[in-house]
Amino acid sequence: MSAYMTGLIIILCLNIIIAYSVFLPAAAGQLNLGAAGFMIIGAYTDAYLSSADEGLGLPILLTIPIAALFTGLVGFLMSFPILRTKGVYMILATFAFAEIVAGIVLNMEIVGGASGFPVTTHAELELLLPITVGVIVFGFYLISTRFGLSMRSIHDDENVSLLFGVNTHLVKVGAFTIGAFLGGLAGALYGHQFDYIEVQNWGILFSIYVLLYVLIGGTQTPWGPLVGAMFFTFIPEILRALGDATGIELLGELRFAAFGVIIVGMMVLRPEGIMTRTFLELLFRKPMPKSDVGLG
Amino acid sequence: MSNVLNFTSVDKSFGGLKVIDNVSFNVKKDSRTALIGPNGAGKTTIFNLLSGIYEVDKGSIILDKNDITNIPARKRINMGMSRSFQNIRLMPHLSTLENVMLGQHHLANSTKENFFPLGLIKRNKWAARAEQALIDAGLETYPGQVVSELPYGIQKRIEVVRALVSNPKLLLLDEPAAGLNSTETKELQTLLENVSTSGTTLLVVEHDMNFVRNLCQHVVVLNFGKKIFEGTPDDVAKDPQVLEAYLGGTDDNAP
Repeated sequence: MSAYMTGLIIILCLNIIIAYSVFLPAAAGQLNLGAAGFMIIGAYTDAYLSSADEGLGLPILLTIPIAALFTGLVGFLMSFPILRTKGVYMILATFAFAEIVAGIVLNMEIVGGASGFPVTTHAELELLLPITVGVIVFGFYLISTRFGLSMRSIHDDENVSLLFGVNTHLVKVGAFTIGAFLGGLAGALYGHQFDYIEVQNWGILFSIYVLLYVLIGGTQTPWGPLVGAMFFTFIPEILRALGDATGIELLGELRFAAFGVIIVGMMVLRPEGIMTRTFLELLFRKPMPKSDVGLG
Repeated sequence: MSNVLNFTSVDKSFGGLKVIDNVSFNVKKDSRTALIGPNGAGKTTIFNLLSGIYEVDKGSIILDKNDITNIPARKRINMGMSRSFQNIRLMPHLSTLENVMLGQHHLANSTKENFFPLGLIKRNKWAARAEQALIDAGLETYPGQVVSELPYGIQKRIEVVRALVSNPKLLLLDEPAAGLNSTETKELQTLLENVSTSGTTLLVVEHDMNFVRNLCQHVVVLNFGKKIFEGTPDDVAKDPQVLEAYLGGTDDNAP
């Protein structure tokens, strides 16, 4: 495999994990613009614990789970104030959370502050790929459970879910916490791929992109974040390749402008995302019997 | 026969407006009772008080000998009460089967059940029960269908099935026949008669008086938040106060 392809797959894997991190609360109707915050906590916790030079030098098979669990714990504690907000206010609250995390880490000299932090243990794709597959399988599993059913019910109608006995607050806290865990996992894995982390990697633009993966992919099914992350990882590269082949500047140099147009187009044409329930039905199921419909 | 519901001396105000004024009525076990009245009489408010969406200001609600007046909305389904809604409140992005399985939620509320992959291992007892409930209601054609794509009449019946699979002692139906054509209304009536025969008590808010007469043995009439009459469907039609509420006063010259 060429270095280019390997690099692309690494980015894809990280994008998929962080997409599931934002997807889980989104499937329960909670929009999270704080992906960057979880990524930073996971990346720095893992880097500090695993780095031989400036950190504790622990083995990464220990530090990656610890970093993810710690991020999950932070997510759990933050979910209580954040889940008091709804809709656009929740977007602002999660964004503010990410900014606070960035601000704190930027001023922590123990992890290098603004100059970043080196990660001394490199991990190959052999570690990242199975974890990514595991996250995808976990996403599909969780959505298929009654807990997942509760999440999707809350997404559609929180009050009615409550009347049917769903502990809506607990389910929302759970989805947010598991999402934070996955965000921390993505952050921890990032460091071991790129060997160097800095807070500037994870600004507001990063969080917006991740939220877009999920919204463009679709929040109704666990296919959404997978397709959304692939869409966002591959389309700019495909545009670049097309631009190189054809010499059209709009596809090459200006590919992000073209990409922006594609995103706007997607939002107009498929406002509920690419992978909706009805679209999946179209792909996998037989059409419903016409004779029973609308004649009664 | 014992009562499954005692709704006693209940008051409810919104700001300065008293929408339920000292209303009392009982629902007998295994009966089919209708709650009727003109628009704004307080019928849906009573349903919202029963299901815990609103808290009562005064009075008490006893469900099958348990005082549920101060039980939070989420726990009332455990006490044996579930409901349908005036405007369809199915989960639009879930399939028919998933909507019905939501109705079973409180029966399956353990950690083990919550994390069993229902959607991946499709042969499981909850899916089997939900499918059986759909078959009993004549809706077996639609289990995998996303509900928002189904016709209105079908959605109305799915809502009844969703409430039913929670095994309620008392089933509250808020205008179940509204917007249905005559065939659909008949199908609904058959469904509700079967539900009633199998031992579920029905309390129905309904405007369609033919439907009420065909289905219910007992009628409670409300107007402006007060109970104005209680009796059999035939008596209701003769009561002067009820006629006044609906028609604006008795008129000897009326046809």
